Amino acid sequence: MSYLVPKFRHPELPVNDLGYTKADYEGSISTLCAGCGHDSISGAIVTACHELSIPPHKIAKLSGIGCSSKAPTYFLGNSHGFNSVHGRMPSVVTGAALANKDLLYLGVSGDGDTASIGMGQFAHVARRNVNMVYIIMNNGCYGLTKGQDSATADRGSASKKGDPNIYSAIDLCGTALQMGATFVARGFSGDKEQLVPLIKAAISHRGFALIDVISPCVTFNNNAASTKSYEFVRDHSEATGTIDFVPMHDEITTEYDPGSHHEVTMHDGSTIHLYKVEDSFDPFNRSSAISALEAHRTEGNILTGLIYLNKDSRDLHEVMETSQRPLNELDETDLCPGNRMLDNINASLR
Amino acid sequence: MKPTDIKDPEYFHKVVDCQYACPAHTPVPEYIRLIAARRYTDAYMVNWESNVFPGILGRTCDRPCEPACRRVRVEEQPVAICRLKRVAADNRGDISGRLPIIPSQKNGKRIALIGAGPASLTVARGLAPLGYELDLYDNQFAGGGMMRSQIPAFRLPIEVLDEEVNYILDMGINSVFNIEVDSLKQILAKDYDAVFVGTGAPRGKGLNLPGLEDAMDNVFLGIDWLSSVAFEHTKSIGKRVLVLGGGNTAMDCCRTSRRLGGEDVRVVVRSPYEDMKASPWEKEDAQHEGIPIYNNHVPKEFVVEDGRLKGMRFEKVEAEYDEAGNRSLVPTGEDPVFMPADDVLMAIGQENAFPWVERDLGIDFDKWDMPVIDSTTFQSTNERVFFGGDAAFGPENIITAVAHGHQAAVSIDLFCRGENVTERPLPGVRLSGQKMGVHEWRYDNAVEMDKRYLVPLAPLDKTLADRKMEVELGFDVDTGFKEAERCLNCDVQTVFEELRCIECDACVDICPTDCITFTANGSEEDLRGRLSAPAGNLAQDLYISADLPTMRVMVKDENVCLHCGLCAERCPTTAWDMQKFLYTVTKAQMES
Repeated sequence: MSYLVPKFRHPELPVNDLGYTKADYEGSISTLCAGCGHDSISGAIVTACHELSIPPHKIAKLSGIGCSSKAPTYFLGNSHGFNSVHGRMPSVVTGAALANKDLLYLGVSGDGDTASIGMGQFAHVARRNVNMVYIIMNNGCYGLTKGQDSATADRGSASKKGDPNIYSAIDLCGTALQMGATFVARGFSGDKEQLVPLIKAAISHRGFALIDVISPCVTFNNNAASTKSYEFVRDHSEATGTIDFVPMHDEITTEYDPGSHHEVTMHDGSTIHLYKVEDSFDPFNRSSAISALEAHRTEGNILTGLIYLNKDSRDLHEVMETSQRPLNELDETDLCPGNRMLDNINASLR
Repeated sequence: MKPTDIKDPEYFHKVVDCQYACPAHTPVPEYIRLIAARRYTDAYMVNWESNVFPGILGRTCDRPCEPACRRVRVEEQPVAICRLKRVAADNRGDISGRLPIIPSQKNGKRIALIGAGPASLTVARGLAPLGYELDLYDNQFAGGGMMRSQIPAFRLPIEVLDEEVNYILDMGINSVFNIEVDSLKQILAKDYDAVFVGTGAPRGKGLNLPGLEDAMDNVFLGIDWLSSVAFEHTKSIGKRVLVLGGGNTAMDCCRTSRRLGGEDVRVVVRSPYEDMKASPWEKEDAQHEGIPIYNNHVPKEFVVEDGRLKGMRFEKVEAEYDEAGNRSLVPTGEDPVFMPADDVLMAIGQENAFPWVERDLGIDFDKWDMPVIDSTTFQSTNERVFFGGDAAFGPENIITAVAHGHQAAVSIDLFCRGENVTERPLPGVRLSGQKMGVHEWRYDNAVEMDKRYLVPLAPLDKTLADRKMEVELGFDVDTGFKEAERCLNCDVQTVFEELRCIECDACVDICPTDCITFTANGSEEDLRGRLSAPAGNLAQDLYISADLPTMRVMVKDENVCLHCGLCAERCPTTAWDMQKFLYTVTKAQMES
C-alpha cells in the first residue's frame, strides 16, 4: 500500500543556486491514474523551477476544476496554491497578479476548464496580457467524468468507448494567438526534453505565456482511434524547432552557428536560442505562426515547440502604469496621502 | 550497452547487496521479512539451511553483509542484520521436526573430517542426509573448533554453541574427540572415500623482541591463552595487562583479561586506530569496558628486572601513505614510551600449520607452505583430499568456513559418485510476482525512516564479574520487529518488460531516488554521465532494456533503488513488476 512517497532521496542530487534539490520542489504523491500525462507535466514543472532556482515561496499555482486542476497538489508543495471555481482560474490570477506583481503565477488548467466552461475567461486573460504562465493539460476528454469528448477533441477521433467525434476541435494555440497572447507554445507530456525549456522560456517571458501540452489520458483516450494517444502524438508531432534555454547568470558555453538560429534575450535577461526546422516559419510573426498552425492541422499533424513570441510584450501592469511597488504592499499613508496632497492636486487642476 | 540479461541468476543476486556480500549467500531479506511476520522458526530455518549456525553467527559473525546494506547508501546505518538473525534464533520454537532425515541405510561411502570446526561441521551436515558415513576427528573434547576455544563465553554462551553443534553431531556422525590427528597418511590408510581437512589456522604468531626469553613466563599467545581460559586451565591474569594487536582476537583477549582480574588493561597497536583489523563494534565494546586503545605504538622490547617482566617499551610512529596508498609507519622521533605490565598477550595474527600432513601424499604445497587448493571445488592435488575453512586459504571467519563447507560437500558428493567435481549444479533461483492489487503487494513496500536500533547490554559491573555472562542481551521481539521493518526488501526486484512500455514517464516521475531514465543508448561511461541523477557508483550495475519504440532505452541505476514498488504502481501497462527473487546456493546433491 503506498499513498506516501519514501522520504529517502538520491544522496547526490544536484542543488541549485538557492541550495535546494529537486525534492524541495516536489508535491504530494499523485492520485491521478497511473501513467497520466499530467504527472509528467508536473515533473517538467518541478525540473524547470528547480533549474531556474526560483524560490518556492515566490510561486503561486492556481487552477480550476478537473484532473488537470488537481495536479498542482502534486508539484511545488512549498509554494502558494489556489484551487478556484471551474473555468475561473484566469480571473483569480488576474486579481492576484494585480495585487502582488512579485509572484510567479502558474495557472494550470485543462481542455474542459479552458476550452468549454472557461473559454470567455481564457480569451480575456490572454487579451489583457496578464504576466503569467498558463499551462493547459490537454487530453481531449473529460477524464474526471468518464471520458466524454471535450472541445479540443479532433473531429473523427474516438475515445476508448466512444464514437468518432462529430464536432470540429478548438485549437487553443490558435485561439490564444487571435486573442493577442504574447507567448504561445505547444508541448507533449511524453517529451520532457522539449517541454522543460518551453516552461523555462514561458517563465522568463513577461506577459501571458500559454503552453498547450498534449497529455494523453491513459484511462479513456489512449486507444488506437484517438488523436491524443501517446502513439499518435509521437507519430504526428512536428516541432517548429528546438529551444536551448540559457539563464541570465549562466555563461554561454555552446558555440552557435549564426544564421541557423534565433537568439532572443528575455525580459529577465536570460537567453533562448531557437533552432528552426522550416525557413518559411517565423516565430516572431503572428500571421506566420497562425498559418503554420493551420498548415499542420490540415495535414493531420500537430505543430509543437515555440509557435509565437512577441519580443516587445508589455504586460498588464506596464499597460496600466501601476506603481513599481506591488499594490498589496501599499499602506494607508500611501493610499491616503492627506489633505495637503489633495489640495495640491486640486490646485493643479484650477 | 547491451540489454541486461535478467535470466542470469547473478544479475539480480548482485542487487541483493547483503546476500551477495555474504560468503554463504544467506537470503537475508527473506528471513528478515519472516522475523517481521513473527515467524521466528521459519526465519531460523532459512538461516540454518544457508549458514548452519544462526544462533552462533547472530552473535559472532563478522557481518560482511552490513557494510554492503543498501541503507548505508541512503542513510547512515545499515540494518542490524546480524542481531536480527539472533532474534530468529532466540525466539524460535522446536525445530527437531524440520531437520533433515538421516537415512538408516547408508550409501556405503566413508568420509573422514579432520577438525570439528564450522567448516567440517558444514560438510557433515551436507553429507549426512545423503547417507554418507562420517568420522569426525578433533583434539578438543567437543565439537565447535575455534568457536569453542577462541570465542569467549561472554560473546557466545556455551549452551548456544552446544545446541547448534549438536544438531549436526546428532545426525549419526561418528565423533572421535580428544584425539590429535598427527598423520594424514594414517587417515588415508583407513580407506576413506574422501578426507576433508578443516583444521583451521591454529598457530598464533609471536613477536621475538629483546627480553622475551626472560619474560617468557608472563607472555602468552592470544589464541592459546583464550582456549586455555575457555577450557578453564587459566583462571586469572595480572592486574596490569598489555594486549598487542588490533584484530578481533586482541579485543577478545583484552575483554577476557578484564574478567580475569585485569584492572589496567590496554590494547597497544602499531597502526592508526582506523586501520585496525578489528570490527568497529568490537573496538567499541572493548572501549565500553574501560579498555584504552593506544595506536601508533610499535613494540620494541620487553623490560625485565630481576628476572621478571616489568613492562614493555614502544616506539611512537605516524602512518604515511604514498601515492599508491601504501602505508609506512614512520617513527616520530619522540622518546620511547614505557608501559608497565604484569602480563602481555600477543594477538598479532595466526597462521596455518600442517606438520601432520606428510609431503609425499600427492598434495602440492606452494611457496608459503600452504596446500594448493582449487577455489571452487576445494579439492587438493590429491583428488581424495579436500580442504576448507581457515585451513584452505588462511584465517578468515566462521561464515567463510561455512561457505567453504557447502562447496566442499558438493565436491565430495560429486567425487564419490564418480562425477566431475567441476560440473557443479546451478544455484536455485525463483522469481515470484508480488502484485495483489493496484496499491497492494505481498511484501511491505513502505520505507521506514527509523534509525538503527541499539542492542541493550547487561550492566557492566555484572558482566565484568562473570566471564560467562553474555554482554549483549539481544533485541526483544518488538524492537526486532521495528529493526526488521528497516529492511528495504532488495530481493523484491524491479522487473521491466519493454514490450508493454508506452514511454509515459510515470516511473521516471514517481521514483523517489531518480533511478530511472529513458534515453538514447550509449556506452556505460556515456550513459552514466547523462542519467536523471548522478550514477557514479560503478560497483552497482545499470539495468538496460532493449530498444523501445522511440529508439530510446530504459536505464535503471540499481545503486539507490529503494524497492518501494512505486514505479510498478504508477505504471499503467504493468511494464514494471515487482518480483521476489530467491537465490539459493548450490548444495550437495541439490538437483532440479
